[in-house]
Amino acid sequence: MFLRSLPMVFILAGLVLYTVLGGADLGAGFWQLATARRPNARAVRDFAHRAMGPVWEANHVWLIFVLTVFWTSYPKAFGSIMSTLAVPLFIALLGILLRGVSYAMREGAATPRESGRIDARFALSSILVPFALGAAVGGIATNRVPVGNAAGDMWSSWLNPTSIVIGALAVATSAYLAAVYLAADAAHDRELTLERSFRVRALGSGLVAGAIAIGGLFIVNTDDHALVHSLLTGKALPAVIVSALAGLATLLLVYTRRYEMARYVASLAVAAVVAGWALSRWPTILPGLTVHQAAAGHDTLVCVVVAVIGGAVLLLPSLAVLFRLTLAGRFREGEVSDLEPGTSTRPSVNVRPLARVAAACLIAGFGLLNIADATWAHAAGVVCLFGFVGLAFRAIVLPALDEQAATG
Amino acid sequence: MTPHSIAAAFPPVDQHYLLQARQMQALSFSVHIPLVAFGLSFPAMVLFVEWLGHRRRDELYLTIARRWSKVMLTLFAVGVITGTVLSFEMGLLWPNFTGTFGSVFGLGFTIEGFSFFLEAIFIGIYVYGWRRLSPRAHLLSGIPIVITGITGSLLVIAVNAWMNHPVGFSLRNGKVVNVHPLRALLGNSYLWNELIHMYVAAYIVSGFLVAGWYAFCRLRGRWTRYERTALTIPLTIAALAAPVQILVGDWAARDVAQTQPVKLAAIEGLYKTTSGASEHLLGWYSDNQMKGAVVIPHLLSILTDHSWNGTVEGLQSVPPSQRPPVNVVHWAFQTMAGIGTMLALIGVIYLAVWVRRKRLPNSPWFYYALLAAGPLAVVALISGWVVTEVGRQPWVVYRIMPTAAAVTGAHGIPVGYGLLALAYLVVAGGLAWVLRRLAKTPLDVSLEPPSQLQAA
Repeated sequence: MFLRSLPMVFILAGLVLYTVLGGADLGAGFWQLATARRPNARAVRDFAHRAMGPVWEANHVWLIFVLTVFWTSYPKAFGSIMSTLAVPLFIALLGILLRGVSYAMREGAATPRESGRIDARFALSSILVPFALGAAVGGIATNRVPVGNAAGDMWSSWLNPTSIVIGALAVATSAYLAAVYLAADAAHDRELTLERSFRVRALGSGLVAGAIAIGGLFIVNTDDHALVHSLLTGKALPAVIVSALAGLATLLLVYTRRYEMARYVASLAVAAVVAGWALSRWPTILPGLTVHQAAAGHDTLVCVVVAVIGGAVLLLPSLAVLFRLTLAGRFREGEVSDLEPGTSTRPSVNVRPLARVAAACLIAGFGLLNIADATWAHAAGVVCLFGFVGLAFRAIVLPALDEQAATG
Repeated sequence: MTPHSIAAAFPPVDQHYLLQARQMQALSFSVHIPLVAFGLSFPAMVLFVEWLGHRRRDELYLTIARRWSKVMLTLFAVGVITGTVLSFEMGLLWPNFTGTFGSVFGLGFTIEGFSFFLEAIFIGIYVYGWRRLSPRAHLLSGIPIVITGITGSLLVIAVNAWMNHPVGFSLRNGKVVNVHPLRALLGNSYLWNELIHMYVAAYIVSGFLVAGWYAFCRLRGRWTRYERTALTIPLTIAALAAPVQILVGDWAARDVAQTQPVKLAAIEGLYKTTSGASEHLLGWYSDNQMKGAVVIPHLLSILTDHSWNGTVEGLQSVPPSQRPPVNVVHWAFQTMAGIGTMLALIGVIYLAVWVRRKRLPNSPWFYYALLAAGPLAVVALISGWVVTEVGRQPWVVYRIMPTAAAVTGAHGIPVGYGLLALAYLVVAGGLAWVLRRLAKTPLDVSLEPPSQLQAA
């Protein structure tokens, strides 16, 4: 029972993290689009580029996490959702692809300004991705995705009032998160004009997000009364209240320039709304399919849980190192020499015996892998062949490099 | 399970564009796999060069490592997005496959996801950490990149091996029961030859592509110590890996002969189950026979069975609806094996010149050949995967689920195919632009070796 629900908790947590971290990245693109023809538009656009962290993948990989845990733990629900919602999910995919290209291209950009211009070119994708993913969520929330291979309607499953509200909310939330992040960054760098610009943008987009959330409830109510009813009564209500309060609090924090805190509280608002939504329909995933019915077998679920916990144990310290290095500004400046002082160590390699052993490995590898038939022999043969490559590489490459240094 | 009960368990989906769905998947794989080859092998080369730089106190090596590491980061970033496409396509194109067997193979991708996450983090630390971390910390930060590259690909290849040789579960009324994901993924004998074959291929592809670039520089008259060094290291590793790949490939082919005889029959275009079967080079398969092929008597039996008159199963052992498209598989195999042999030859020439003369080859022809070797290695890599994947058809899970039963029932596959192809053009354009830019960045290092070296 518990085991069958746990992967769903992971999935929802991944969804929250993606909304917050990936959303902040995508939202920056929104500002690159939305600040045309203002006095400091160019500065804003260039600066918005910085919302892409040093590791763009670290934000986007949460989506991969959600997908893989989902299809392993609840395969049937996954197949139904992906096939019915193929159109919005494909649009989101194209958007991620284009956003990723602009990230990949930044290594080639000569100046930050140039790389800002590159990702501004792909900024439209920043609106498409949150909208399409939000619209897909709307289709699931209003039970428009039945169980089966493309069993739901290809268009109305995601082009409906609820989907459009959630899509718009996702765009506004991303824009808000990005603006808060950038205002904090500008404050850190003492770029006061930019800080002011992004603070205004944060407050504006925050208010818009709040208005969409509240006004959206009325629109959703006409589309799917049961959804609103379940959100505002019973188990989900506390979560919805927490979300509303957190939403209000984050705006106040931005207003008083406490940006770092504002980001955490905004994440809380997102997490609470996702939790509330999940609670309101628990244990149903899709109409007629509960978490328990959809869950994979016992062994698979145990493996998934172990993999996720084990992965987290490795991952969290690594992420902490990365963020400490970036936040401490060590990636922005600092000039440690890559070369430690000292003298060159060049042990003379006696090539001949090395070459003989390498040749012996090659012959043994051939015999074991290609003549013998036993499995153990094949394993040993592979080891011998790797040994051959390693030893021969050592025997050849060091003298070859010396020879090149000498012919200078 | 008999074919009849399989057909009842997994009826075909009403999908007019199955072929386009398969092509879309094939396109996505072909774009992604060369990047995987770099991810598997290139970090180890970069780290080796950095280590050498520290050992020899030679700024030149560090410059090479620094410049290569930017290429590594760029290719990784592109690999991230092309890999994202693949994970979406698991659901967008093949929802019945994922929906039915996700619990069996999905774990591989879950673990791969983490491994790839770690790789992303450490590539970030490594590339941005130049001149910011101490030399030792910097070198150490590169090691997780090498390890996660291997673990990630191990698990993805485990999934592919499982599709070719499904184990670790049973079927009851079209439902998967008794699932043992670890046995399915890691207890699969088929995994090892696929993994080793791919791993060696990765070094061949990246080795020849990188060496090919510096061969191009030489042909255009740029031939300083920087180019010579940056050519020698990848070329040496590729030159050693290419001949070894022939031996690994022979092992892989024998495993295919045992586990997937129909795939082997398609590779050879062998219709009748034959003892003392001949090897067919080139040729075209039609009307159940190979036409115009060069025939080497008994060789196929010797290769697959190690005996003069060993029996090799032919395509006739299964009904026509269960045979893969023979000419595609046969020619993909010919392409892979032919290019592989040429690459091994280039490798042997380089090694022979080194052993006899203790220098690089002088002939411009050698450098023209190197220039061609990189792209050809990519072609061989993709052809090899075509053999595996098309040779598995018409099954997505070998002899269990037909591909026609796995495909989505959604409309509009050709539209998605076209849009994705366009998006890939944008990706390719962006990548070409970055690589050109990186290559044009001026060198900021003295080409003189450190004084101790000159004295030596």
